[in-house]
Amino acid sequence: MAKGIKVRAKVQDGVATIKSLMSHPMETGGRKDKKTGEPIPAHFIQEVTAEINGKNVLTGYWSGGVSKNPYLSFKVKGAKAGDKLKLAWVDNKGESDSIEETIS
Amino acid sequence: MSMQRRSFIRGTLAGSAVGVAVSAGLLTPRSVFAEWPSKAFEAKTVDDALMGAYETTAAAESGDITVKAPDIAENGAVVPVTVETSLSGVSTMSIIAEKNPSPLVAKYVLGPNTEGYISMRIKMGKTSNVTAVVEAGGKLYKASKEVKVTIGGCGG
Repeated sequence: MAKGIKVRAKVQDGVATIKSLMSHPMETGGRKDKKTGEPIPAHFIQEVTAEINGKNVLTGYWSGGVSKNPYLSFKVKGAKAGDKLKLAWVDNKGESDSIEETIS
Repeated sequence: MSMQRRSFIRGTLAGSAVGVAVSAGLLTPRSVFAEWPSKAFEAKTVDDALMGAYETTAAAESGDITVKAPDIAENGAVVPVTVETSLSGVSTMSIIAEKNPSPLVAKYVLGPNTEGYISMRIKMGKTSNVTAVVEAGGKLYKASKEVKVTIGGCGG
């Protein structure tokens, strides 16, 4: 199961609105540790992908300029209740996470 | 080796977790990393970011794009931005915070049924325009909204 993605997907008037919240520090690499003065290495989600019933509906390319614990909402026409949504991300260290949710 | 043993081993490999995961797209092939537009994200100016993301800086102002963002962001680390467009044939949408150290914050590639709507939260280093660039029908369009930032969010 996903460690840190929450997702909600609801259909209204033939359009599915997907709202997601991902846990991630999203470090730009520009911050310094306040105690040691050492730079905190960049650690941020680079790519987010969303699929409905196995077909890609959105790919997002991100920089460290996206806020910590990213929120993302988007809309897909024609999606129906019962369709399977999959949301996944990969970060600059190669770590990843994903979640599957049924659209309601 | 007997035929039975050969087909057993072949069947086992095909049914293995790794094999299934790769074919189901759950294991991302390394080639995906080549698609992250690094030149665009490493650019330090808006023009360089546009060149990196779109190979052009030509984008027409469009009243068909709305950029919803606060007039004043108390916390530059979390600025909610919603971009919506009524343009048809939208293939990509990008969000640029013009005075950030790296102006391009995000670029989205939309599927054919995905609406021209993105809502997210971005970091802003200081007061600047937030510009949305929408690629539709092979052309670029843009709209901006100025967001005043009281406490910068880039942590620098």
